[in-house]
Amino acid sequence: MAEATPALEIRNLHKRYGDLEVIKGISLTARDGDVISILGSSGSGKSTFLRCINLLESPHQGQIFVAGEELKLKPAKNGDLIAADNKQINRLRSEIGFVFQNFNLWPHMTILDNIIEAPRRVLGQSRAEATEVAEALLAKVGIADKRHSYPNQLSGGQQQRAAIARTLAMQPKVILFDEPTSALDPEMVQEVLNVIRALADEGRTMLLVTHEMNFARQVSSEVVFLHQGLVEEQGTPEQVFTNPQSARCKQFMSSHH
Amino acid sequence: MNWEVIIKWFPRLLEGAGLTLELVAISVVAGLLLAIPLGIARSSAHWYVRALPYGYIFFFRGTPLLVQLFLVYYGVAQFDAIRHGPLWPYLRDPFWCAVITMTLHTAAYIAEILRGAIQAIPPGEIEAARALGMSKWQTLFYIVMPRATRIGLPAYSNEVILMLKASALASTITLLDLTGMARTIIARTYLPVEIFFAAGMLYLLIAYILVRAFKVLEHKLRVDASQQGR
Repeated sequence: MAEATPALEIRNLHKRYGDLEVIKGISLTARDGDVISILGSSGSGKSTFLRCINLLESPHQGQIFVAGEELKLKPAKNGDLIAADNKQINRLRSEIGFVFQNFNLWPHMTILDNIIEAPRRVLGQSRAEATEVAEALLAKVGIADKRHSYPNQLSGGQQQRAAIARTLAMQPKVILFDEPTSALDPEMVQEVLNVIRALADEGRTMLLVTHEMNFARQVSSEVVFLHQGLVEEQGTPEQVFTNPQSARCKQFMSSHH
Repeated sequence: MNWEVIIKWFPRLLEGAGLTLELVAISVVAGLLLAIPLGIARSSAHWYVRALPYGYIFFFRGTPLLVQLFLVYYGVAQFDAIRHGPLWPYLRDPFWCAVITMTLHTAAYIAEILRGAIQAIPPGEIEAARALGMSKWQTLFYIVMPRATRIGLPAYSNEVILMLKASALASTITLLDLTGMARTIIARTYLPVEIFFAAGMLYLLIAYILVRAFKVLEHKLRVDASQQGR
């Protein structure tokens, strides 16, 4: 029996900054409904890896497949791999949600306008259609009353929930979270984690770079531990957290409990 | 101070102020339209796209407006091709010479304001647009330009005020703008203090109205609130 096409597959990804190779060949497969947490100390390349997946950073080598479709890449003069087909990368990006550490909401627009902008421009939805979806999403992340507020009138936790709603409005097949709670005050971390947990419970496919170890352990179907640009340890949360094989991973786990 | 003279000549000064307003309004609006492609090209990542606006800005910022005005007013008539060309009815008219020169001049400054504003947008906000699948052009139109407008608006309002005062130079090519009118009246009355005082007051009043109008616009566009960085 043929295996179902994975939602996201990355093969042998490399990334260099000048002579410094920060990612030295990472492969990862996310099947539908997988929640994969990517852990590692700072400088291990986890955020860079995530940003390479939708080409916010240019990798130097590797292949990326979204629902079986290969992202067409071509080398630039400096050795970076860049998108070979602008239409394709824009379409694939619209299918891959990305949640930033710093939210990156557009400060001159209301929360509602932030959310409906991309569905209108990219998916061609009417304002009314997009607004209906957006209001349902705002209710879902618990900030329906903030739809006419501006980003700077919201707390960090509320801004991140709005940013998650903005991503969800594109109905992405996969969502990438790049340290979504790292810029938040401690008391706001939980409200954002609750939203992410609810998405995991819905069966959404997600990659999550995080420092929230307990949370990663609870929601993940798989945990990947990166060290110096390589996968050092990979397995179920149970395996990686309670019985890590590599010395690095053991050390990391013990220092984070 | 001879107030009667001021009152007597005030209607003529208002006429001059009307011409000043016309010159400034046309040139700052046309200059803005010209500056938009220049400013966008100026902030391009490709050197060959940046080069042309760079040269343009270098010339117009590096030479005095008065010199530019003379070059256009006295200079272009030297060329037969222009004297017999379709634009001659405009280029022989000092009003259009002033409008064209002021437009080209202010466009260089506005383009630099726009470049600075575009480069001041936190990169994460542009990444967010691209990550949602918006193309380069969609990002430029729907995110970058509206954002840059708000960042650049205070500097643009400053440029408009500067152009209001620079428009006094139009009087050197025979135009009866506020300054030109004042000088003409003084030639008749020999009362420079009174007439220049009245003209100065009118400049001040126009500047004040402009400042207030831009404040209202800044408030409407929520310029303060959108300055929050990362």
